[in-house]
Amino acid sequence: MAKGTWVVVDQRDGKIRKVTFELLSEAQKYGDEVTAVVIGKGVEGLAPELGKYGADKVLVADDDIFAVYNTGAFVAQMAAMIKEYDPAVILFGHTTMGRDLAARLAQKLGVGMATDCIAAEISPGKGVFTRAIYAGKALAKVQVEGTPILATIRAGVMEVVESNKAGEVVKAAVAATAGDVYQNVKEFIPTISTRPELTEAEVVVSGGRGLKGPEGVKVIEELADLLGAAIGASRASVDSGWLGHEYQVGQTGKVVNPNLYIAAGISGAIQHLAGMSSSKYIAAINTDPEAPIFSVADFGVVGDLFKVIPVVVAELKK
Amino acid sequence: MKIAVCVKQTFDTEAKIVLKDGKISGDGINLIINPYDEVAVEEAIRIKEKQGGEVVVVCAGGDRATEAIRQALAMGADRGVHIKVNDPDVDEYARAVMLAEVLKEQGADLILCGHVAADDGSSQVPTRVAEILGLPHANVVTKLELGDGKAVCTREVDGGMEVMEVALPAVITCQVSLNEPRYPSMKGIMQAKKKPIANVDAVAVESKAKIIELALPAAKQAGKKIEGEPEDTGKQLAEWLLNEVKVEVKQ
Ligand SMILES: Cc1cc2nc3c(=O)[nH]c(=O)nc-3n(C[C@H](O)[C@H](O)[C@H](O)COP(=O)(O)OP(=O)(O)OC[C@H]3O[C@@H](n4cnc5c(N)ncnc54)[C@H](O)[C@@H]3O)c2cc1C
Ligand SMILES: Nc1ncnc2c1ncn2[C@@H]1O[C@H](COP(=O)(O)O)[C@@H](O)[C@H]1O
Repeated sequence: MAKGTWVVVDQRDGKIRKVTFELLSEAQKYGDEVTAVVIGKGVEGLAPELGKYGADKVLVADDDIFAVYNTGAFVAQMAAMIKEYDPAVILFGHTTMGRDLAARLAQKLGVGMATDCIAAEISPGKGVFTRAIYAGKALAKVQVEGTPILATIRAGVMEVVESNKAGEVVKAAVAATAGDVYQNVKEFIPTISTRPELTEAEVVVSGGRGLKGPEGVKVIEELADLLGAAIGASRASVDSGWLGHEYQVGQTGKVVNPNLYIAAGISGAIQHLAGMSSSKYIAAINTDPEAPIFSVADFGVVGDLFKVIPVVVAELKK
Repeated sequence: MKIAVCVKQTFDTEAKIVLKDGKISGDGINLIINPYDEVAVEEAIRIKEKQGGEVVVVCAGGDRATEAIRQALAMGADRGVHIKVNDPDVDEYARAVMLAEVLKEQGADLILCGHVAADDGSSQVPTRVAEILGLPHANVVTKLELGDGKAVCTREVDGGMEVMEVALPAVITCQVSLNEPRYPSMKGIMQAKKKPIANVDAVAVESKAKIIELALPAAKQAGKKIEGEPEDTGKQLAEWLLNEVKVEVKQ
């Protein structure tokens, strides 16, 4: 009988993404043993950190072949470990790595899967997952049966709780070989920023067409830095070239789930709301009292962002 | 080069979602090509324009899906394959099997897809298709360069960008920043009417993930909205941030 919950660790160069801790915390609820699965190079040292957030065991596959994420080797390794250890549930973050790995693995195993989930109910042999579809305009409950049950979970929706488990290291036999690798990763170009990443940030300050140009970007940057926030953008400010596409929030950009989202000079088009309306607190600054963004804002200021934000900054600095 | 593009027909992004008998109602909804797939079609046409070849559009969907195929043909694709699927709830597994069946027959050098469908938001189908066909894949690509039997893909990953090379044939999924899709010209629309669309039945395959309940999210309540002098409104916003949201201020 398959048993236990696996959480696939999303890490790069030993830095674990926060969603991993969210999933370890969530997995505590299923009442089964929780194993953090970490595939990488020189990753055994991550075990105590994973134990802290709820890993009873840490299954480690360590090899040069896993130094950078590549789908083929990771899928081969996962498939071999699943065969050996027979887990009941496997959770991934809905990150670029998680969705890539989970989809290919699910097909190899011939199982169904729910992706980008915002809630999960697990019972023996069955998972019922809530997903936001049509860009959040509807909610679907999706049922997956059998073993293992695979799902990717949206970052930021599950709470991180420390539970100080053993994090006992179990070394897995390395099963992937050079023949499994079909992607040649030539280069990684990190986003150089002193700010948190958009999809992980607690606070996001976003600007739209109302920024009017690079000068406006400076205005929101000052507020963002005071709040330790990430910068976001509407499509209008991306299309205008003031901010890169990696900043875009919305249907064709990123979905964010911060504690606080501040929208400055953003009208609140349905495609923008799709990416941010599940934020816990939303503040909006807009000159147009009829702007649709106010219909989702907890705190709306009708006014010119160039005048309002400097006052906010000055007040916060006091 | 022969390029196959997987195109899904989705609701207009402006569409209001209404439930009827527990299902999402398509009544009066304007249907479009999934925005990412439009980018995939554009990329395929640009490759064809540069180095010649053929662009085949493959779409699994109900009767109205013909419109999406015609639009891709009007943009410049050469022919279409319409896999008839009437159940809108077929899961990603089943759709991947259906598409792979047709794609295998087409034997393309390159398969382009969107990286996600705007309706189901799954990001599963293309990667599953690649696994079924035993092909390499590259996801969320923002720049694509083709050269002797390989593709060099710049793609979005968490924390930055990655440059990755895969051998062709391969499945590549497109991000919107890859290109700006063209509008079909009048001439293109006229020509599209004469371009062939093959209708094929989907292979019989059961979905594994089942939608058991649909609901509409609770409408978010609008909160406070204030007007006035910036000195005052800005101050109130700062107070709300400090007292209600309890933000931490970094000096
Ligand atoms: C298929 C599709 C996908 C899309 N995907 C996305 C997406 O992912 N993300 C996205 O954001 N959009 C997306 N869009 C575009 C979307 O429809 C809107 O066009 C876009 O969000 C508008 O951006 P905006 O609010 O910045 O600009 P506008 O709608 O032009 O609004 C600018 C706002 O700024 C206000 N303003 C002006 N000056 C000031 C000032 N000095 N101070 C304060 N306020 C001021 C104005 O009152 C106005 O409300 C998509 C569209 C389509 C069709
Ligand atoms: N029914 C379909 N017909 C054709 N292509 C599809 C279909 N469903 C998904 N795809 C392709 O797979 C991509 C991702 O879809 P999804 O996995 O549903 O998010 C889409 O952008 C399409 O390129």
